[in-house]
Amino acid sequence: MIRIEPRDAPPRALRWGLPPLAALAALALAAIPLWLAGADVTRAYGLMAQGVFGSAFAVSEMLTRATPLILTGLAAAVAFRARLWNIGAEGQPYPGALAGSLAMAAPTVMKARLGVDEVVTTLLLNFVIILFVQMMLEGPFKDPMGMGWPQSEPMVEAAMLPRLFDRMRVHAGLLIGLAAALAAHVALSRTTWGFRVRAVGENPAAARHAGISVGRTLLGVGAVSGALAGLAGVGEVAGLKGYLTADLSPGFGYAGIVVAMLAGLSPLGVVAAALFVASVFVGADSMSRALGVSSYLADLIVALSLICVLAGGFLARYRVRMG
Amino acid sequence: MTQAPVVLRLSGLSKRFGAVQANEAVSLDLRRGEILALLGENGAGKTTLMNMLFGHYLPDAGSVEVADRDGRLAALPLGQPQAALRAGVGMVHQHFTLAENLTTFENVILGAEPLFGFRRGRAAARARLKALMARTGLHAPMDERVARLSVGERQRVEILKALWRDARILVLDEPTAVLTPQEADALFATVAGMAADGLSVIFISHKLREVLAFSHRIVVLRAGRNAGEMATRDADARAIAAMMVGGALPAQPRPAQAAPGAPVLRLSGARIDAPEARRRLAPCDMAVRAGEIVGVAGVSGNGQAALAALVSGLARPSGGTVELFGQPVTRFDPAAFIAAGVGRIPEDRHHDGVAGAMTVAENLVIERLGDPAVSRAGFLRRRAIADAARETCAAYDVRGPGPEAPARLLSGGNIQKLILARVLDRKPGLILANQPTRGLDVGAAAAVARRLIAAKARGAGVLLISEDLDEVLALSDRVLAIHAGEIREAGAPATLDRDRLGLMMAGEAA
Repeated sequence: MIRIEPRDAPPRALRWGLPPLAALAALALAAIPLWLAGADVTRAYGLMAQGVFGSAFAVSEMLTRATPLILTGLAAAVAFRARLWNIGAEGQPYPGALAGSLAMAAPTVMKARLGVDEVVTTLLLNFVIILFVQMMLEGPFKDPMGMGWPQSEPMVEAAMLPRLFDRMRVHAGLLIGLAAALAAHVALSRTTWGFRVRAVGENPAAARHAGISVGRTLLGVGAVSGALAGLAGVGEVAGLKGYLTADLSPGFGYAGIVVAMLAGLSPLGVVAAALFVASVFVGADSMSRALGVSSYLADLIVALSLICVLAGGFLARYRVRMG
Repeated sequence: MTQAPVVLRLSGLSKRFGAVQANEAVSLDLRRGEILALLGENGAGKTTLMNMLFGHYLPDAGSVEVADRDGRLAALPLGQPQAALRAGVGMVHQHFTLAENLTTFENVILGAEPLFGFRRGRAAARARLKALMARTGLHAPMDERVARLSVGERQRVEILKALWRDARILVLDEPTAVLTPQEADALFATVAGMAADGLSVIFISHKLREVLAFSHRIVVLRAGRNAGEMATRDADARAIAAMMVGGALPAQPRPAQAAPGAPVLRLSGARIDAPEARRRLAPCDMAVRAGEIVGVAGVSGNGQAALAALVSGLARPSGGTVELFGQPVTRFDPAAFIAAGVGRIPEDRHHDGVAGAMTVAENLVIERLGDPAVSRAGFLRRRAIADAARETCAAYDVRGPGPEAPARLLSGGNIQKLILARVLDRKPGLILANQPTRGLDVGAAAAVARRLIAAKARGAGVLLISEDLDEVLALSDRVLAIHAGEIREAGAPATLDRDRLGLMMAGEAA
């Protein structure tokens, strides 16, 4: 008989070693579908690594992909620390930082005042925002010179974020993301604001009893989370595309949730997790092109690593005994 | 009792959790129809032992034997609650194991009802539960969701649940922690009756009075080992306490009678309207003056929660006024009450008292984040917080892995000391102590009582809400009785008749 017993405290080595181990386990598990697809597994992983680290350009592409993931990952991590389940980082990038934070206000107020489940409201708001943006792009915002494509007029050159290197797509948005991660880390661990956020997330009843305003704290967290998601959108438009389209975010918001979970909701961990997820996406892209296997493999690996982290988290908290 | 056959034999049970040896070679026998009291301080290993008996934990060594229906001892497969249930072992846990979204009735039959043809048996089951409630005097509203029941009512449902399964061996882990003396007496009278019919009972308790009154034999654990046992008729309270702590207990100081000063809390017609009695407070006039302890005695679920919520700033009165330190309160929120100088010890220390994943040091400062000693320009002064935490933990004897460890790793008694430290360190002028010693062992409860008496000597007014009548009578200068949201003056403990107070708590005497 298999028994599961709680551990007193997860061993420190396990806590730090868990995410990398889970990532490795996910890559190992992904060998099965690769092999089933008829690919040479070692060659596939070699190509993946090459696609990410093979050249300066490849690294730049990976960092470019990681940039929005850092910000949407932070958006999820900060909100989840307060147990505010913001699933809206898919839509919040569109309106930009300021309005992204406003887009979080309605769900947070409804949660704090009426107890409306924010998972539902933020998720549904994604569609509201994206469809609204689509409507505007088909109408008033449509670029008259855009050959009929639903995209906005291009940004003026001076307002664009500078590229970090010549002939590379990686842009200053990456620095913004890194700075945001550092700021979020300091804010959560060293300020009274972060203290309140953690207290509300950990035990809202005790926080309220101790005189912390749960509603106000959630509103603040929601605004910060929405702003971070909005920053991701700003970076994509001002750093990369130069104009707004309705397919600005190919799943960055949802990937951000995975990034936050992989990072154990730690802001600094988000950077590492975003780099990992971006590497998988970019590497699998180039590998699938070379080998002719489906590029959905990238989603598979990311999903597997999330499952591995969740399973690993369980093993860190409980001990499995036979007998 | 000695001639009755042994129905349960624990031999050499050991269990280690990490660095903690929770049980070391513990053995005991239980005879048919015997009521055995299992005693020991918090952390002495009583609950671990019972969890191994019931199959929740797998022992590292040792065996459990239970008599089958023919009275022959047979080894119980270890680590299997189902096997323990089948063998006729019933357990009532100290911490509730009820499904909050189901009703009393559904909770009692949960897991025991047949999978099919359930509807037909329902009426019969209801009648059986009604009869069980009548026989035991353990009443709880049958169709109310458990989430809406008071702590005391939930405890009764727990006991009903175990009795429902026709247990031949019943383990009660602190069954009366939330019952009034009358209810506890009624419960034990029931248990004694069932024991006379052949039920064997192990009960864990910290209340020496009921141990002496109702058990046949006493087994004491200390630091996870057998510390001794005796027949109850040969035992007295001091001898048991000495066996538990491994030495003589310091004498409890009698509270000094000082002349009380100006009112620090005054309720004038303050009331809270609510549909159910337990959340309701009838219009109430009362005062707590500086330098006195006012005890509120009552059965759980009679409006204590409403009174506590009002005095801790969590609830707004539906009418009437609340004055703190002579000033009418206009803002009813906890932060305002803290700022005014009210210290609050919450009833449920895990739910309202601490954020378990945050550190001990953080939990110590959670009520005063804006204090210059805690933060500067919005940034936490982490060094200062850690240093202060070390000092406070030493001063209030908060034992655990240290101030940087998560608060959830502390034992219940140490969490309560942490909350006491947080509250008393600010020298509040009014202290609300809601069930401050519930579930604490003799030593920790005495420490809490000493602190409250010291605060009173310093000039603080204390509002003590407790369901432990002995505690109310021992600590209070003045006693109020609360029943169905109505608070009535009962007088000073010296002049109080215990039976009359019990009747007032039951709402039967003026």
